[in-house]
Amino acid sequence: MGEIFVVVEHRQGEIREITYEMFWKADELCETLSCSLTAVLFCADRGPFVDEIRTRADRVIVVEDEQLGHYSGDLCREILVRLIEQRSPVMTLLGHTAWGMDLGPALAVRTGFPLAADCLDVLVEDGRPKAIRQIYTGKIFSKVSFAESAGYLFTMRAGAFPQDRAGERQGEVMDLEMPTDLPEERRQFVEYVDTGAGDVDITQADFLVSIGRGISEEDNIGTMKALADSMGGVLACSRPVVDKNWLPKYHQVGTSGKSVKPKVYLALGISGAFQHVAGIGGAGTVIAVNKDKKAPIFRVADYGVVDDLFKIVDALKEKIGG
Amino acid sequence: MKIAVCVKRVPLTQEVDLEIDAGGKDVRKGMLAYVINEWDNYAIEEAVLLKENFEGDVTAVTIGGEDDEEVLRRCLAMGADRAIRVDPGTLELDALALSRILSEVIKGLHCDLILTGVQADDMNEGSVGIMLAEHLGLAHAAVVTGVEPEATGATVRVELEGGMDEVTKVSFPAVLSIQTGINEPRYVSIMGVRKAAKKELKVVKVEDLGLTDADLSMKTMVEEIFLPPETEGAQILEGDPGTVADEILRIIKEKGVDV
Repeated sequence: MGEIFVVVEHRQGEIREITYEMFWKADELCETLSCSLTAVLFCADRGPFVDEIRTRADRVIVVEDEQLGHYSGDLCREILVRLIEQRSPVMTLLGHTAWGMDLGPALAVRTGFPLAADCLDVLVEDGRPKAIRQIYTGKIFSKVSFAESAGYLFTMRAGAFPQDRAGERQGEVMDLEMPTDLPEERRQFVEYVDTGAGDVDITQADFLVSIGRGISEEDNIGTMKALADSMGGVLACSRPVVDKNWLPKYHQVGTSGKSVKPKVYLALGISGAFQHVAGIGGAGTVIAVNKDKKAPIFRVADYGVVDDLFKIVDALKEKIGG
Repeated sequence: MKIAVCVKRVPLTQEVDLEIDAGGKDVRKGMLAYVINEWDNYAIEEAVLLKENFEGDVTAVTIGGEDDEEVLRRCLAMGADRAIRVDPGTLELDALALSRILSEVIKGLHCDLILTGVQADDMNEGSVGIMLAEHLGLAHAAVVTGVEPEATGATVRVELEGGMDEVTKVSFPAVLSIQTGINEPRYVSIMGVRKAAKKELKVVKVEDLGLTDADLSMKTMVEEIFLPPETEGAQILEGDPGTVADEILRIIKEKGVDV
């Protein structure tokens, strides 16, 4: 019976949601392929993690060492290469996160296994694995197949799967001694810096006026702030606005920013890349204004306006006397 | 500091209706405008900034046809010292093969630092940079939003999820995949591109790199592409801006927000 590996991601003592999402998918794949589910846990202290993980895996391989308290690409890669060689998992799932993106491609080179990155789904057709991905910033989907291999690697998109199918296993815990012959780390953790704190807390707002690339110029920020104020809303934004330094990072909604849960989310000139959309799952009602009728934001919005956002902004200001 | 930057020319797909081509594995590209990949634009800017602040030498590298030299000229105009285009001929390449080719070209440059974009705007994989690092056996970090060089390495900021950065020390030589927003890429004028025309732009044929068929064979293939599955989608509000604004305000109030 083959194995499917799930590489556990945790940060500051908490298991990251992506880990549970990978367990959900791996559980389904194990059923399809008659495989067992192996969680691989790198940690300095298994305490906060191992009981939770056991309920979702048939076995938990624990590598516990003080050097593994924070993500170490160099050490995790070396240990995983050896583990994959020894146990030959059919599939290995990692998160498509900053850490998974650092580990997955390196593993692909080292193991020679094919890698599908940022997968929305993994399926099995005629006994062969396939992956579903998005290309051209989400405007097109692609189905990916692989050259035949003893194993396959996948980095999985956050939010692509539910987290709740779990809890019935009582996996055995297997300790793996930290190898003593690992190469020296070339990358060393220093500290975490919280970039999400600031003057406003967009996660607590009932009404967000959120602006994106479509606002075109920095000069328009003032207009948008005035609109948000006059409507009693809080100004938020998508990534390009922060990239250009037009607003501080604590206004940013999305995977690298904040997840929000307003009653109403008014998206102005936001195309709706998945990294942004992942942050508005908790919004009550989404109203999107964008001049591109094929913008992905319209796939998730409740109401859409296909028009120049400035025309709509001017009309809104006139109506509320702002 | 010797720096190499990997760049790619990609189609601009925002505000464009994409259509699937007859082969069913890619989109019709005839009518699309092409630009430097957004992430790569930040990567080349970062390399030029490092060169300006700490002295150094920047080589821009791309894999592609003659049309793709446009992005190399742009890099030269931004401040790169030389450029290399690897011509793949008619080869189809996946991320692994692309990274293998890049490694063969870049290993001869003896760089301290190699920068790539986090991902390309077309395939959105985010794999080539780190694969390149591994082929070369170098230190690496993905999704980088800050680089401060020191004697034998750099203090690097990695953007994690959920409004958190990781500060990490990376020893040189290293490969970093650069995230958007790390800097403000400079404007490139037509005059600037013209002035940079004198700089060296070398073309290398992939068959001259001494790579084997195994090095260049694809392990990950696009089997088919398709338009996003239909969803219920948004209810579109029609009418002139005044009518639409009334409707928006009505909906906002209906959902319990005081406007």
